[in-house]
Amino acid sequence: MNDVALTARQVRYTNRAFWRNPQAAFFTFAFPLMFLVIFTALLGKGTVTVNGLPFNQSTYYVAGMSAFAIITACYTNLAISVTFQRDAGILKRTRGTPLPGYDYLSARVLHAIVIAVILVSICSVFGAVFYGAEIPTGVSLAEAIVTVLVGAASFAALALALTSVIPNADAAPAIVNATILPLLFISGVFIPIGSNAPRWVDVLGKVFPVRHLVEAYLGAYYGKPFFVFSWRDVGVVAIWGIAGLLFATRRFSWEPRK
Amino acid sequence: MTEPVIDVRGLQKHYGDVEAVRGIDFDVARGEVFAMLGPNGAGKTTTTEILEGYRDKTAGEVSVLGHDPAKREQTLRERIGIVLQSTGIDPFLTVTETIEMYAGYYPSRRPTAEVIEVVGLTEKRDTRVNKLSGGQQRRLDVAIALAGDPELLFLDEPTTGFDPGARRNAWEVVKNLAAIGKTVFLTTHFMDEAQYLADRVVVIANGAIVAEGPPATLAGRNTMMASIRFRLAPGAPEPPSLGQRSVGDGAFEIGTEDPAGVLHTLTGWALERHVDLDGLEVHRPTLEDVYLELTGAEVGT
Repeated sequence: MNDVALTARQVRYTNRAFWRNPQAAFFTFAFPLMFLVIFTALLGKGTVTVNGLPFNQSTYYVAGMSAFAIITACYTNLAISVTFQRDAGILKRTRGTPLPGYDYLSARVLHAIVIAVILVSICSVFGAVFYGAEIPTGVSLAEAIVTVLVGAASFAALALALTSVIPNADAAPAIVNATILPLLFISGVFIPIGSNAPRWVDVLGKVFPVRHLVEAYLGAYYGKPFFVFSWRDVGVVAIWGIAGLLFATRRFSWEPRK
Repeated sequence: MTEPVIDVRGLQKHYGDVEAVRGIDFDVARGEVFAMLGPNGAGKTTTTEILEGYRDKTAGEVSVLGHDPAKREQTLRERIGIVLQSTGIDPFLTVTETIEMYAGYYPSRRPTAEVIEVVGLTEKRDTRVNKLSGGQQRRLDVAIALAGDPELLFLDEPTTGFDPGARRNAWEVVKNLAAIGKTVFLTTHFMDEAQYLADRVVVIANGAIVAEGPPATLAGRNTMMASIRFRLAPGAPEPPSLGQRSVGDGAFEIGTEDPAGVLHTLTGWALERHVDLDGLEVHRPTLEDVYLELTGAEVGT
């Protein structure tokens, strides 16, 4: 079998195991949708000031939770579960078979991207039906799709990079959350970053990829006059992804770290 | 003469200043069950993982099915099956799914049902891995290694942590592998395991091979001094000139390289003099005696 067929086959097994693992399925799949409902229920009546204009919070959260879904599926879940597989010896076993290692990891990454795309689609449908967030069309839709795919692939690469520095499976959830939770808060995922946000939050957020992912998606999804889609945001996310990939290819470990 | 399946010459592995393997030589013939026997920390797993391609060697020559395993060639990995020391199997797939998944990586496969049968998991074929016992997971390990119909199987301490019943079952699995013509490279720290399973054994201690041969003749076990033991009633005469020595409590021991001759003389004398030889026995050193002697310094007491 060629690499494409082997990878596709591996994606199917990954998917089967994913849905049978209640923890993975719940945290990855149910969390973003649950948060969308909770946030919009609690805060959805309010508005946030964007570009000096009032923007409906419930509409905002459709995009915020889409970004969150991409990050939980491709970053949090992937980093934790690959570390678990490494420590359980599953990666080492795979390494002893003829399956090329990059086929195995590609399958894990592709599966995470598929889950992210499904989650973002559900958020969009939810948003359109309940929160008045219209699904974009034409060029904007293309921009939104590219943003989701680039974001998902980049965060998956960052997850593999992070895996190579996580010492063991017990430490994985803590380390993964420590790297991502603060960023989710200062990047407009849970709390919209209005015009009156402190300057350090603004500056710090723009260094890391989460804020750029959120802004690119908001720009593609809602556009003017509130937001502006910029390829620059997508580019920053991609650069982080490429850096993650380069780091992972050098440092990724197939065996438990001693 | 066919070339050996595994050929190792002057293999060395250093971890910093620690010499884990100090220049060992051995070869494994096709169809053979070969055991590397030694205490923990002797260098068994290091050697095995070099043969499997997980570790680089420091020095020496290693050939597995004509390949250098350190190159990690796919063509070599298609022909070997590996059972690592610790299990790691996706907990959410069933036995059948797991074997089919791994079988798909190989160009040639054994039928899944047959593989499951060989390791005795037929009743558990639709059970998820996380519902299997430790022993059953270990058997699934072997089944996964068999899925690609390999010529050569590596089994690194396949029964460590098993209860006696599970060990017996695992032994039957290895016997089955030998019966279907597989070459098996096995490591163990159990003497009885090597004795029962292996055609040939090397004993490794402290990174060096200290003995090699079939288990029956390992380290000259078949020709080493046998000891004849017996007990005489108080006041009974002692047999003349057989070199017996009293080991207390009326018991005597004769060390000899000719147990048949000595026994003949001894029993002839006893019949003639109407002397009872209570508890008469001939004792040969067991593999365990040989092993403890060879590895004594490392095993401790």
